[in-house]
Amino acid sequence: MNSDILRVQDLRVYYHTPAGIVRAADGVSFLLKRGERLGLVGESGAGKTTTALAVMRLIKPPGRVEGGRILLGDQNLLNLSSEKMRKVRFAQISLIPQGAMNSLNPVMRIQDQITDIVKAHDGHFSKAQLQERVCELLKQVELRQETASMYPHELSGGMKQRVCVAMAITLRPKVIIADEPTSALDVVVQRQVMETLRKLQEDLEASVILVGHDMGLMAQFVDCVGVMYAGKLVELGSVREVFKEPLHPYTQLLIASLPSLETKGFFKGIPGLTPSLLNPPSGCAFHPRCPQGMDYCSSRVPSLKEVSPGRWVSCHLYEA
Amino acid sequence: MTTTPGRIRGSVRALRLNLLLTVGLLIVVCLVLFAYLGPLLTDAKRAEIGAFKPKQRPSSEHLLGTNTQGRDVLAVLTLATPQTLNIGLIAGAVGIAIGVLLGLISGYFSGPIDPIIRVGTDVFMTIPAIAILVVVATNVRAVNVVTMALIIASLAWRLPTRTIRAQTLSLRERGYVQVARLNGVGDLELLVKEILPNLLPYIIACFVATVSWAILATIGLEALGLGPQNEYTLGMMIYWARFYGAILRGFWWWWAPPIVMIVLIFVGLFFTSTGLDQIINTRLRRAV
Amino acid sequence: MTTLLEARHVTKLFGAGGGFFSREKTVALEDFSLAISGDPPSITAIAGESGSGKTTLVRLLLGIISPTSGEILHKGKHLQRMSREEWRAFRREVQAIFQDPFEAYNPFYKIDHVLTTPIAKFRLAKSKAEARELIENALRGVGLRPEETLGRHPHELSGGQRQRVMVARALLLNPRIILADEPVSMVDASLRATILESLLKLNQELGISVLYVTHDLTTAYQLAKNIIILYQGCVMETGDVERVIKNPQHPYTQLLIGSIPHPDPDLRWGQHDDRFKPEEAPRGMNRGCKFADRCPHVMDICHDTPPPLFRTDGSHAVACYLYRESPAADDATNDCEY
Repeated sequence: MNSDILRVQDLRVYYHTPAGIVRAADGVSFLLKRGERLGLVGESGAGKTTTALAVMRLIKPPGRVEGGRILLGDQNLLNLSSEKMRKVRFAQISLIPQGAMNSLNPVMRIQDQITDIVKAHDGHFSKAQLQERVCELLKQVELRQETASMYPHELSGGMKQRVCVAMAITLRPKVIIADEPTSALDVVVQRQVMETLRKLQEDLEASVILVGHDMGLMAQFVDCVGVMYAGKLVELGSVREVFKEPLHPYTQLLIASLPSLETKGFFKGIPGLTPSLLNPPSGCAFHPRCPQGMDYCSSRVPSLKEVSPGRWVSCHLYEA
Repeated sequence: MTTTPGRIRGSVRALRLNLLLTVGLLIVVCLVLFAYLGPLLTDAKRAEIGAFKPKQRPSSEHLLGTNTQGRDVLAVLTLATPQTLNIGLIAGAVGIAIGVLLGLISGYFSGPIDPIIRVGTDVFMTIPAIAILVVVATNVRAVNVVTMALIIASLAWRLPTRTIRAQTLSLRERGYVQVARLNGVGDLELLVKEILPNLLPYIIACFVATVSWAILATIGLEALGLGPQNEYTLGMMIYWARFYGAILRGFWWWWAPPIVMIVLIFVGLFFTSTGLDQIINTRLRRAV
Repeated sequence: MTTLLEARHVTKLFGAGGGFFSREKTVALEDFSLAISGDPPSITAIAGESGSGKTTLVRLLLGIISPTSGEILHKGKHLQRMSREEWRAFRREVQAIFQDPFEAYNPFYKIDHVLTTPIAKFRLAKSKAEARELIENALRGVGLRPEETLGRHPHELSGGQRQRVMVARALLLNPRIILADEPVSMVDASLRATILESLLKLNQELGISVLYVTHDLTTAYQLAKNIIILYQGCVMETGDVERVIKNPQHPYTQLLIGSIPHPDPDLRWGQHDDRFKPEEAPRGMNRGCKFADRCPHVMDICHDTPPPLFRTDGSHAVACYLYRESPAADDATNDCEY
């Protein structure tokens, strides 16, 4: 149990919109060990970004965390005061949000944006110490020292994203959450950024949660992967096991639909439509599209069960 | 929320959320009722010279007293307000029409026409309106409500042109414009069928702003004495009040009512315009 | 037999950047030539990263922008010098699908608008009933149900459905070639296959050629027969997709393929090849090969003159001096003919 750095238990995040309640995350549970890389994969609307934001307690109205626990070590983050949570952010858990590279302040130099984070948490550092930290960080993300005095528009997409990674590790957090960090980047730059992130994570002995929709990227980067569908975690396990032997029908179809560089002209999609989170299907949310659906799949909601050590599935096929 | 009662409930809720717009619309509606129903309920003879004993203070008989010419001030106010509003509306409508035309052409077509219109608009915008208007007004012989409106309209098109041009420039690059071209739609039809409908929120907001400006401009001119001499307007009320020394002689019931009316008009239009702005921006944000 | 669509030595410069006195121009596409005969109907992929010029190429081929030098021809006629009739014929035969399924629809109208407009403009139907039938057939052809699609607003449909309606729209005109500019990059993974499959079907069953422009080499491999690899506006490698992907010869292609994240945890990215320098600064105005600054095999000649396409075998050509022993490609100019 000592190696579990983050434990999310039955997290529920609902958005109260004028059109109804959107169950963006509906009972998400997972464990993150020290030094582990966990991937949360799913299509748009699956609830992965909501989960990431909830862990950082960045859910804004009309969204609300309706239930569950987020345990960092022994502390339930949901019970902390906002001042204490502010101290936790970036110092213990860090987030590289979606589109981060486009959210850099266009009128501040890179070094000032990085030192801002330090100053916001602890104003006691001298100018020289801050400068040194900036140099160190830039070196860690493999950027040239000249980058410190540049403005965001002078950098390429990959460089900007590496600045965001540097900002996320400024205070040496224990957990780094990266939400689609490379979705706007080309495949070559993507690889560089991910390799940088991996190296950093290993140096810091931190854990990473990678949120995304690219199964290929997951296969390359993470140790454990969790598949999300309609706000629920439907499968969780080591990346090798999940790819070699996917248990949940959705995971099976998802992996089968991935285009490969082996066979030509082979297109296999998942029939049907992504579910509405306002009016999700009754019972198991995947049942309208599931090729292995059984009678009671439309009435009973399956729960996440551990079918073998470290291997979890939420499907009636495995409810022995 | 696609059912009709759902839509109505949604709109009511939206109105309630947007206090500014609601209050603004309320004021504007009251003004409109006063301005257009009022004259039907008032005897125009009460506003003529010598109708009553002059310089009377407000009383139960004359709610706003009478002026030095013996006119009942309330009656004058009732007849003057719609005239001022009319000038604003006509000038606003003409200004918007020209503005939309020039803005669309300038924003959509590349080539020499855009810089010409743009520079032209900029030049006109730097010259103080009052200077041009005074020059124009002093040279026009007979000034009535319509002429006044046209004089104002001669400059009311400037801001709409800029605003519509900016929006058109942005809309021109939208994906659906490219798709329309692929569908064989020609330029003119594109402007009218694809771009114009998406400009409607801006046009409406711009119209309200232009009407505001037009009313302000006309009152400015009239207060200087350059307005329609033989018609009742709010600006002329102020002019005549000054002309007859109402301020020095303490006849506050002559110059205060038109000022209060003007303030109400502006507050109403301003709130409406700002409230509309908020709605447009939230709608755009949600659409994105 | 005239070539359906052709680009001849097309260069496109964009004059942004710099101040009042600077003359900085960005080279979006440089001396690019491509010929698509349309007979037999082909699927060609144009693969490149952002900044490679692939979107510019699509816009040039559609006549949305005009080249700085060089020509775009449809059946032998220059786009710039077409009569109204020729232009209409061009529009009918050359259609496109764009990347963004959200932006492609005017929020003011229902989804039917984008389908009824071409029928009206090109007079494809003589009556409303006939038009309706055409639309319904087109929708069914891409796997959509007319009852569930027509009459709705764009925001009521998913990205995948919207994109399929776009394909249906392109089909209405019975084109001979469809330019697909990243048609699935903004669509959910599970819905991509259906769209790509429809493109394949169009080609195999209706004889429509496809120019598939993408940054995703894997889907390019799946769909296309021939591929052109672009980098900073220049052709790096071209040929049969099996050869280019399985046996990449240009260092840039090798870098690209090596960086693809394979969905196989046992096939991890190899040791990071440090010989490839990262793309740091904005593109330089080097006179030689565009990849020279980053290439681990760079030689002196690479900085001097841009390499021509060398034909290494039947349908495989590389623009790299490493292969200067091989003969230069046909008619001494860069030419991709499909």
